[in-house]
Amino acid sequence: MTPAVLGFWATAVVLLGASLAVVLTPNLFHSVLFLAVALVATGVIFLFLAAPFLFGAQLLLYAGGVVVLVVFAIMLTEKIVGQRISQASHGLVNGAVVAAAVFVGIVGFLVQAGPPPAARPPLPDATAALGRAIVGPYAVAFELLGVLLVAALLGALYFARED
Amino acid sequence: MPGLFAYLVVAALVFAIGLFGVLTRRNAVGILLGIELMLNAVNINLVAFARWHGDVVGLLFAMFTIAITVAEVAVGLAIVIVIFRVRRTIDADRLDLLRG
Repeated sequence: MTPAVLGFWATAVVLLGASLAVVLTPNLFHSVLFLAVALVATGVIFLFLAAPFLFGAQLLLYAGGVVVLVVFAIMLTEKIVGQRISQASHGLVNGAVVAAAVFVGIVGFLVQAGPPPAARPPLPDATAALGRAIVGPYAVAFELLGVLLVAALLGALYFARED
Repeated sequence: MPGLFAYLVVAALVFAIGLFGVLTRRNAVGILLGIELMLNAVNINLVAFARWHGDVVGLLFAMFTIAITVAEVAVGLAIVIVIFRVRRTIDADRLDLLRG
């Protein structure tokens, strides 16, 4: 077993454990902290897949941005009423059955699809290729993404404004 | 390097865990966290396929989904805060105004 394989499985175990903690822990604040662990582990898996730029984007946007946003939302909605909102989950058995069925369905589809082809050699410089694709053939989609972000920002501001 | 199958199965497991969270959480913020996990699993799939095909377009698509997810979370949390201001609760079971 090579170090790369060992590292991948160690990261996968961390990712799966943190994901389970996100959905099972009764305290929502702990849930967000475990989500940060899961997101960083996902970024490390991107590193194993030779995508260092996405690792950086994952850290900046998710672990830096989304987690802070969610912590703010929890603090704004939990303390104002003076009582802690019950975080208890419900329908655990039903949820587990549906989630297991979806997982079995996906794996069944993967098995049915047959063995994947051998991996091609990785791109020599994935970040440079990504940059050329953004300003080249996919420039319009990239600009539309910018418009979407501005629209989302304005929408969030409009929702959260004081009357 | 582990095979493509390993990446896809790990992503499917994370997706199923996120779905479990969406189905069982009662707090609206908890439901959003489950959606985050599901979208992350999709990103793992996209990057794994990009690596196996040696094609940059998969990475580009993953970058787009990351940006769109962040926008979705920002708007979703703003909606949660507005709901909290109006109804004084974010328990999804009690937000049943539209139930027939």
